[in-house]
Amino acid sequence: MFFSPFISKSEGVAAIMLKVLLALLPGISLYVWYFGPAILVSIALASITALATEAAMLKLRKRPIAPFLKDNSALLTAWLLALSIPPLAPWWMVVVGTAFAIAIAKHLYGGLGSNMFNPAMVGYAVLIISFPMQMTHWLAPQGLVLAELSFAQQLQYIFSGVLPNGLTLDAITMATPLDTLKTHLHLDESVQQILNMPIYGQIGGHGSEMVAWGFLFGGLYLLASRIISWHIPFTYLGTLFVIAWIFHLADPTHYVAPLFHWFSGAAILGAFFILTDPVSSPTTNKGRLIYAAGAALLTYLIRTFGGFPDGVAFATLLMNICVPLIVLYTQPKVFGKKDGGKKDDQP
Amino acid sequence: MRTLYHFHGGVHPPSNKTQSTRLAIAPAPLPSRLIVPLHQHAGETAKPVVQAGDHVLKGQLIGMPDGFVSSAVHAPTSGTIAAIDMQLIAHPSGLPNLCATLIPDGKDEWIELEPVKNYRDHSTTELQHLLRMAGVVGLGGAAFPSDIKLRLGKQKIKTLILNGAECEPYITCDDMLMRERAAEIVQGAEILRFMLDADEVLYGVEDNKPEAIAALQQAITASGSALQQSKRHEVVAIPTIYPGGSAKQLIRVLTGLEVPSGKLPTDIGVQCFNVATAYTVHRALAHGEPLLSRIVTVAGNVREARNYEALIGTPIDELVALSEALPDTNGYIMGGPMMGFALPGMSGPGPAVHVPMVKATNCIIVSSEKLFPPPPPAMPCIRCTRCVEVCPADLQPQDLFWFAQSKEFGRAQTFSLFDCIECGACSYVCPSHIPLVQYYRFAKSEIRAREHDKQLADQARDRHEFHEQRIEREKREKAEKLAAKEKAAQAAKLAAQPLTAEQQAELANLATSREHIRELAQSAVEHTTENTGAN
Ligand code: SF4
Ligand code: SF4
Repeated sequence: MFFSPFISKSEGVAAIMLKVLLALLPGISLYVWYFGPAILVSIALASITALATEAAMLKLRKRPIAPFLKDNSALLTAWLLALSIPPLAPWWMVVVGTAFAIAIAKHLYGGLGSNMFNPAMVGYAVLIISFPMQMTHWLAPQGLVLAELSFAQQLQYIFSGVLPNGLTLDAITMATPLDTLKTHLHLDESVQQILNMPIYGQIGGHGSEMVAWGFLFGGLYLLASRIISWHIPFTYLGTLFVIAWIFHLADPTHYVAPLFHWFSGAAILGAFFILTDPVSSPTTNKGRLIYAAGAALLTYLIRTFGGFPDGVAFATLLMNICVPLIVLYTQPKVFGKKDGGKKDDQP
Repeated sequence: MRTLYHFHGGVHPPSNKTQSTRLAIAPAPLPSRLIVPLHQHAGETAKPVVQAGDHVLKGQLIGMPDGFVSSAVHAPTSGTIAAIDMQLIAHPSGLPNLCATLIPDGKDEWIELEPVKNYRDHSTTELQHLLRMAGVVGLGGAAFPSDIKLRLGKQKIKTLILNGAECEPYITCDDMLMRERAAEIVQGAEILRFMLDADEVLYGVEDNKPEAIAALQQAITASGSALQQSKRHEVVAIPTIYPGGSAKQLIRVLTGLEVPSGKLPTDIGVQCFNVATAYTVHRALAHGEPLLSRIVTVAGNVREARNYEALIGTPIDELVALSEALPDTNGYIMGGPMMGFALPGMSGPGPAVHVPMVKATNCIIVSSEKLFPPPPPAMPCIRCTRCVEVCPADLQPQDLFWFAQSKEFGRAQTFSLFDCIECGACSYVCPSHIPLVQYYRFAKSEIRAREHDKQLADQARDRHEFHEQRIEREKREKAEKLAAKEKAAQAAKLAAQPLTAEQQAELANLATSREHIRELAQSAVEHTTENTGAN
């Protein structure tokens, strides 16, 4: 015998996660278009590692394996992590990062639904702290450097760390636009001078800005299919824009324009796919506003004044810590506890 | 157009109502026997006033209301009482209850009916009593005795709301009643309005029932002169959204007011009755007929879904047989698919026990594996807040679930567990298929049980204190007696001298305080026996 309600309209957790994975596809396609297929290798590696780790942890924790393996949540963690690290990262880095994300950040905290931190971002943080050098070797977009690797050569490098004869890492990789900006600002160049470099495309980085458009497109799909609400992405991007704009107005030679912040680094990916992770973000709408605004502020500060190439991951993790408190202080008013039943919002 | 308000959340489950509205309400034939529970309403069980072997007439009282919140129970037809014993009834608890089994004699012979000629000549109190003795209870589901909801409080009732929303899927009994018997609903509503002295009567009907809305409107226009012009009756089409028919949500939609948490609608000048209840009130007063039958929807896995007017106590399997359950039937649900419950004794391949329908039975859904597939195993909550988005009580269902699961009942209460109306909207959308409402029911019953235990403990402590008090009192009384003796001696000395006013007052005081202590003792003892007796 089961209990009311006897009907359900929900498609289930796996279907939701699957939709999020699908929403990543436009961005991933553009990634491949501009940077070559190496990213697909990282995604595949991360996926396999995630599923294997998930299965092992479930077994250790004596939980049913099949339903959880099928829920697609481990895959999502894997994809987000793969998208956050350089596509040419050596295979063992992908494996270590993903395994850490699933085993420690997800399962030691209690598994699906109980993780306080976004697992993918924990994986990222571990990698950038442990292997800062390797994390700066981003593939240069195709057409910007003299030498380009074939897919076979990319594979060879990922798995053996060997480059074709006569090529150095510097010839095929470069720092991210955000990183480059930071380095050159330290050299006392002005924002205008720096942005003339070819690596900066129209808005925030040749190639990478197009990938960001892809993620934006997928994010809007998530919004439209009501998998996420507008609160986090809009507040995050809005706040990031406003802060960047204020600094930019005050001193345009040292502070880059707001759109640059949107379209470089992981801002858009973060806004729609990372910060919106339901498990590690607030459950109240007001809380989501605070959470997203806080993350935007931290992202800006880390990017502009901090030592890491991007700020999205650490901003996310720092705000993850605040979630319980935010939720506690943003409890909405319950029906019948709203100022003595006054007439308020009409439809 | 009246301004309508909205409430947070809500869902749109497939309504499945058209199947059972194609055919008119059919009178159900007399069943082979009737099992009439004596506890069909909220409150105390009615006291049986007939015995096995008695011959009863249709409408004869068989259960006397017992206690403040209670209602009468009657013989639904003429026949012989076969037994008064414990039987399985249609209740979520699945526990048996006291029932009178009646074997109809087929004559359907009425008692002598005593209609009220003009209810306006009677006081509200008299009418209340008549309704209580006619067994009139809310027919929307909770079966709360109607007379109690008509007791006037301090607050003036401005708006009387007639609930014809019927927001649960499958159920169409109110819809069909409104279509076919609108005039009597309107007359009943006017009786209720008169008793409450309300200024306006609003009929809230979801806009997916245009026929019902038209019928009510027509009935109001037709009886226009009979209803005082100043006391408006108005049919309001409200948006179709579940749970728009829940009293608090309906009140909100029609008036914009929220019934404050822990309060009653009357506290904000509103009272709410189901349209079927209004119909019954009219029958009870204008025709003198106690509540013996009601309209029930039989739908789901049947050949022909339909509404029946069936006698209270009709075995549900006999009722369902009228609509012919299909072969793959695996059980019956009483109520709608959102808030109903699976009937006991029917989980096997075929219905095993003749569970009877009661006053609260608005719908029987015949279920099958295909129609209501068992939910997939529950997954952990992923905090997606779909439940929050649909909760009409503005709760955080995922937090309440967490507290209920980890048995943090105190926190569940602080997070307004008791404001949950158990509508099931949260479970309906939960991607993890968590039976959320089941957890809330569990937490609520657990909290209630604890409070009950605490009360018992308090009483035990009181008893102990009372014991000490008695010893004290005995000592004091002895002393007082001594003092009184001395006083008497003195009084004798003073002979005919009258007492001063002061002395008189003191004596009176003494007398009353003794009286008071005795009363206290008496009530404490009664209380104790009451409780031990009940346990
Ligand atoms: S809908 Fe279910 S999974 Fe989502 S937050 Fe509510 S309880 Fe958790
Ligand atoms: S059952 Fe309770 S918690 Fe769930 S939606 Fe209804 S009122 Fe909200």
